[in-house]
Amino acid sequence: MHELCSHRHSTENITLIKKAMAKSDVKLLGAWPSPYVMRARIALNVKSVDYELLEETLGSKSDLLLKSNPVHKKIPVLIHNDKPICESLIIVHYIDEFWSSGPSILPSDPYDRAIARFWAAYLDEKWYPSLKGIASAQGEEAKKAAVDQVGESLALIEDTYVKLSKGKPFFGGEKIGYLDIAFGCFLGWLRVTEKTSGVKFLNEAKTPHLAKWAVRFCADPAVKDVMPETEKLAEFAKLLAKFRAGPPK
Amino acid sequence: MAEEVKLLKTWSSPFGLRIVWALKLKGIHFDPIDEDLSNKSSLLLQYNPVYKKIPVLVHNGKPISESLVILEYVDETWKQNPLMPQDPYERAIARFWAKFGDDKVFLSIWSVFIKQGKDQEALQEAMENLKFLEENLKGKKFFGGEKIGYLDIALGWLANLVSLFEEIIDIKIIDKERFPLLFGWIQEFSQAPIIKESWPPHDKMLTKFQIMLQNKLKLAAAETN
Repeated sequence: MHELCSHRHSTENITLIKKAMAKSDVKLLGAWPSPYVMRARIALNVKSVDYELLEETLGSKSDLLLKSNPVHKKIPVLIHNDKPICESLIIVHYIDEFWSSGPSILPSDPYDRAIARFWAAYLDEKWYPSLKGIASAQGEEAKKAAVDQVGESLALIEDTYVKLSKGKPFFGGEKIGYLDIAFGCFLGWLRVTEKTSGVKFLNEAKTPHLAKWAVRFCADPAVKDVMPETEKLAEFAKLLAKFRAGPPK
Repeated sequence: MAEEVKLLKTWSSPFGLRIVWALKLKGIHFDPIDEDLSNKSSLLLQYNPVYKKIPVLVHNGKPISESLVILEYVDETWKQNPLMPQDPYERAIARFWAKFGDDKVFLSIWSVFIKQGKDQEALQEAMENLKFLEENLKGKKFFGGEKIGYLDIALGWLANLVSLFEEIIDIKIIDKERFPLLFGWIQEFSQAPIIKESWPPHDKMLTKFQIMLQNKLKLAAAETN
């Protein structure tokens, strides 16, 4: 009896140790306000992968970050079994491919994958920079031009959503997928921009499908705990602006 | 059903050339359509309304744009002679360096060329970028290992454009002493059969970039006057 008990305890200990190790096998260097970091977190959540979030602080880069991403020195960095993977969309691909037994993130058809990848790249190269362009626009005319540009590209994304979802709840179909994650991560900053610019971009009137999609996306179990509150993000935006402006003269 | 593969490109674009290499390496027959970018065809505007750029691969009437996206599509659709590594981590690394090549290396080399090698900062940045690539080649014949893979194709523009730029501005960018592995890779890659036969005509390229440089310089001179 005594031997049976100690055997059971030692197997429980081994299971606990394995679980603890498993969690520390997966580290994510990031910060809660970053939409790019959010992509990695959502993807890990979709696959139910335990991970340790190591928050970088504004204004300083940890040694681990500099060592893990010497090329760009940016977050997110996924560190899996001590091997670093950088660039948010590349990280999402890695998560999908490594944890291949979990729910898939990329579509299964090569053409659908190409289309999803195309639009994710568009978001990073064109859409998000245009959104950030509103805050940095100097003067009324420039601001109006920046606002118009964001509006136009959102109309394009609304169209794309209609085409790709084919009446289903997400870009990825029945459940959230690559393009949902690639776009949805920006919702927090989109709301902050709407607040600070006084212009509504994503709503029933302008983007009826995306407006409903956004509610569904934010409610998804993989998303809801990592999507920051708009208020909190707006406060952070003020802090960030101050930090970038430097000390008062 | 007969397979229909069209590739919209230009005679000189390194991005279009990537897809030519990938399709040829897999033995895929395709119909190349050279565009005149100063007079874009209605086909191009229809197939890539977002960017109106080449290359565009059209497979059985369905268009795919953005060269790195097209490369992965080609690799996933035609499984012979795989270009991407199998291992998820190796794939992540390959994708990372391909993106680095497009986002950083290309621009820094172009900057060196446009400033005729006279800008120290531009040279410094290019050298730092090239050092990363040099490290990547340690112990390997190609970026893909023993044979040409996705990353070789993605970085292949280096093997053509750099020597052209060096010829025009008379400055060594990829020096054999400083970057022995990169230098060696350029020779190996350039001489590989399918790569070798696909290079755009040298003299035509030389003229094109000489004219581009002259135009840039004229513009810069006009701006300062």
